[in-house]
Amino acid sequence: MSAASAISTGAMNLGPVEPTTLPSRGRVGIVILILTETVFFSIFVAAYVFYIGKSLNGPMPKDVLAPPILNTICLLSSSITIVLAMRALQAGSIRSFGIWWLATLALGGEFMVGTAMEWHRLIYTEHLTIRTNLFGTTYYSLVGLHALHVTIGLILILLVMVFTMLGYMDRRHAERTDVLSWYWHFVDAVWVVVFITVYIIGR
Amino acid sequence: MCVALPPLSAAQIMLLLDRFLGAHFFDTQAGGSAILWQHFFWIFGHPEVYILVFPAFAFANEIIPVFSRKVIFGYSVMVAASCAIAIISLSVWAHHMFSVGMAPAGNAFFAASTMLVSVPTGIKIFNWIGTMWGGKIRFRVPMLFSVAFLVQFLIAGLTGIMLGVAPFDWQLTDTYFVVAHFHYVLIGAIIFMIFAAIYYWFPKATGKMLSERLGKWHFWLFLIGFHMTFDTMHFAGMRGMPRRIYTYQPGRGLDTLNLIESVGVIFQAAGVLILLINVIRSIRSGEPAGDDPWDAWTLEWSTSSPPPEYNFATLPVVRSRRPLWDLKHPEDPDWKYE
Repeated sequence: MSAASAISTGAMNLGPVEPTTLPSRGRVGIVILILTETVFFSIFVAAYVFYIGKSLNGPMPKDVLAPPILNTICLLSSSITIVLAMRALQAGSIRSFGIWWLATLALGGEFMVGTAMEWHRLIYTEHLTIRTNLFGTTYYSLVGLHALHVTIGLILILLVMVFTMLGYMDRRHAERTDVLSWYWHFVDAVWVVVFITVYIIGR
Repeated sequence: MCVALPPLSAAQIMLLLDRFLGAHFFDTQAGGSAILWQHFFWIFGHPEVYILVFPAFAFANEIIPVFSRKVIFGYSVMVAASCAIAIISLSVWAHHMFSVGMAPAGNAFFAASTMLVSVPTGIKIFNWIGTMWGGKIRFRVPMLFSVAFLVQFLIAGLTGIMLGVAPFDWQLTDTYFVVAHFHYVLIGAIIFMIFAAIYYWFPKATGKMLSERLGKWHFWLFLIGFHMTFDTMHFAGMRGMPRRIYTYQPGRGLDTLNLIESVGVIFQAAGVLILLINVIRSIRSGEPAGDDPWDAWTLEWSTSSPPPEYNFATLPVVRSRRPLWDLKHPEDPDWKYE
């Protein structure tokens, strides 16, 4: 029997076989996404730190920035609510999943509203824009990049919320939804780094 | 790759913000830094070189054992060396920037990490030679290109270590010596292994053999042309020939060297032309290849040439690194020893 026909007829026996399992594609994908995004944010953080105190003119961070404590509490607690939502979904309790999921959406939404208010104040009251000085350049790009990621996360969370309200969600979707929750945890973790860089080290 | 490419994306987004929204990342008038751009670019740029060369390593790992009639020497060490290269290559970027005036500690760190990356690279070359050692070597065209690759990649590595020494780099940065060094990697290593891979897998892809006679013409013309151009370029660089400049003053000892470099290009072009003729002739009237012209050991050679559009009718069970060997030699399978 030739090698080719041995394979095509399935007669190929190359010895004992141990069963293997592969990790789910969604989880591998999100881990790789988180890895690349980590590097991506690191470059922006490096630029931010490199330019601290190098602005040639004002306004300076210590004059205009106030740590957004409420925003931070909301965003970080949304990581807790999304964990509770996932537990409810895995247990098959769609109603309680919906409540925690809505809470996550609301907390994330509050964060975006807070950021919008902060930017509005900086632009119209303090006259700080991306072209004012190096502080403006690095502040709006780093915080804006994070806010963009929060926005993407909120759109996806909203989508799942709509599916939940239409009654399409059940336990079978736990795996995929959990992948989304990993992204959300990542966005939260990035905020911790951004907060420390911008509002603690940077002031 | 997941780690090496995002810095380039990030730096380019910063550049776009500078250009279109008036940000100041790299704007020296507003306190920005062009050096920061260089750092971000090379954080991507140096690992990128290894991303390019890894496929060439993979071709060598496939071709050298088959044409030496031996299993690859030190497989697990080869894997470890590849991982070490991937990791260390992320920490060598500023060896492209010795002449911008970094602090001595920075220069020393990047010189040391550059030396360090040559250790796993040396292990790989040693293991390929170990694979050939004592084997029944068949000097068919894929193997000829692979052997040239080994020699040229070694020289590329040696000039790389020379340039990794910061004071040496200050003398030779932006000269033809640097151009010669990286063309030894890009052409002497990567392009040579791409040629080897074309001769090796063309029969599988088309069902026709490439002509061995034309292949040898291609190999020798390209080899002679390559060495005329790029060996000479090292010496022109040491004599002060700057890169990125197309003209130079006569009577500075550069005329003859540059002439030899230019003539070498004609030989290389002739070699590539012969490859093209060889491909066209073989597709039209080449000798039929059969399923397994090289008596190889990996599963693609168990299929027809060209392979069918589907993969395998049933998923084959692979128990060793040479599944087709196991199939051909059921009395002496590899999986008993791995």
